[in-house]
Amino acid sequence: MNDALDVTLRLLIVFVVFLTFPLIIGQTEHKVMAHMQGRLGPMYAGGFHGWAQLVADGVKFAQKEDVVPAGADRRIFQLAPAVALLPYLLVLLAIPIGPGEGAVGEVIDAGIFFVLAVMGVGVLGSLMAGWASANKFSLLGGLRTAAQLLAYELPMLLTAASVAMAAGTVSLPGIVDAFEWWWLPWQIVGAIVFFVAGLAELQRPPFDMPVADSEIIFGAYTEYTGLRFALFLLAEYAGIVVLCGLTTVLFLGGWHGPWGAEGLGWVWTLLKTAVLAFIVIWLRVTYPRLREDQLQKLSWTLLVPLSLAQIALTGVVKVVIQ
Amino acid sequence: MTLAAAAATAHATTTSAAEAHGFLSPTGVEIAFLLVGLVTFGAALVTVTTRQLVHAALWLVVTLGGLAIEYLLLTAEFIAWVQVLIYVGSVVVLLLFGLMLTKAPIGRSPDADSGNRWAALTVAVAAAATLIWVVVDAFRTTWIDLDGPAAGSTKATGESLFQNWVLPFEGLSVLLLAALVGAIVLSRQAKATATEPGAPSEREPR
Repeated sequence: MNDALDVTLRLLIVFVVFLTFPLIIGQTEHKVMAHMQGRLGPMYAGGFHGWAQLVADGVKFAQKEDVVPAGADRRIFQLAPAVALLPYLLVLLAIPIGPGEGAVGEVIDAGIFFVLAVMGVGVLGSLMAGWASANKFSLLGGLRTAAQLLAYELPMLLTAASVAMAAGTVSLPGIVDAFEWWWLPWQIVGAIVFFVAGLAELQRPPFDMPVADSEIIFGAYTEYTGLRFALFLLAEYAGIVVLCGLTTVLFLGGWHGPWGAEGLGWVWTLLKTAVLAFIVIWLRVTYPRLREDQLQKLSWTLLVPLSLAQIALTGVVKVVIQ
Repeated sequence: MTLAAAAATAHATTTSAAEAHGFLSPTGVEIAFLLVGLVTFGAALVTVTTRQLVHAALWLVVTLGGLAIEYLLLTAEFIAWVQVLIYVGSVVVLLLFGLMLTKAPIGRSPDADSGNRWAALTVAVAAAATLIWVVVDAFRTTWIDLDGPAAGSTKATGESLFQNWVLPFEGLSVLLLAALVGAIVLSRQAKATATEPGAPSEREPR
């Protein structure tokens, strides 16, 4: 296959994944939440168990008027949803789902750094939205977003560094290649810290203080309507895909599984990602929202020390087994 | 640190390629480098001249992102991503946090000029001249061989950093540690003076 066609095909596949997986997770969330609360959830749109509900939602969003508040900073207000969404598309490019060069959008030498760096950029979108809306709820939401990001970026980086130390490489396919089953107990603390910190970075419940709809009316997104609001929502669900995919690749061994023939590794990756996504939804239904001081306390007094301990443990074990 | 690493790797891999290049027949990569450089420079100028505070911070994102692309074009992939991670992901977020806390207004701030314009310009020009002189003197006509093994890969950068440049690296670590301790001491002092004169003890917010 020639190069141009190969690149186009890869980009196309990643783009399709980017467009469909967040919707699948969104629909799963509708149904799982409903059943956990003793409801049925959407049942009419599309006929079979309301599978087309999100498509209908999308059409509804597209029909709404795109309003920019009079006092807002127009250009930044309009740019913010793109800044929030695009980084996740870029990150998806670097996540491998199977062994070999064929199963990843683009092999990146310093993959871990690329992924974490670009994910950090996405939060700028919320900050821009919060400031540019000229609304005090939005500003509060923006402030909380920034405070939360500053607190949770550190444990995320530290635990990712722990895996990189264990594998001896910072490339994502390289890390999964080096994975052994006993890494699971070895890195379990790091895995939990990474997942929790990632949830906080995505502002998912119970870490949804920045968008708390019942107190600050969706925070930074208060003034958004129509498609731009939908883009922010899409960014949240794309973020879930990325976080679950990353946790799978870094801590759960990606395409390795207890059994399964050659060439079916990608099924394992998708399965693990799906289970993690289910947990994300489950947590949303189960836990009440954390208060701002509880958020900060959890990060600085629990997650950061735990991730430092994980790095120490990784270092000690690494030296001992060599 | 980045310069040193790039210099070490550049000398190792790229000395022989100098004859094959001229300034009059630029390759695509060189043209891209130049264009991105111009955009970065322009964004940097807007950052320091705009009167809208938050816009200045956002233009800084463009500047730092442009720098990261330049690193990428110089094959220093690791350094490029770390640049984005640290500066765009953390430093600018901290800046924006500070600006939001002070409730930076939407629109122009007429008083956003400190009156140090000429002093700042002098310092900036002097710093730029020094850096350009150092870089030109260090590299002369070395070219990065794009077809060979990646000269700025994580492995190459790490090896040169921890074999040839350990001392500056550790020196920087100590400097950062000192800054960290200093920040803690300063914040604790401020807290002690604030709560000293018979202030009610802090309660748990509920």
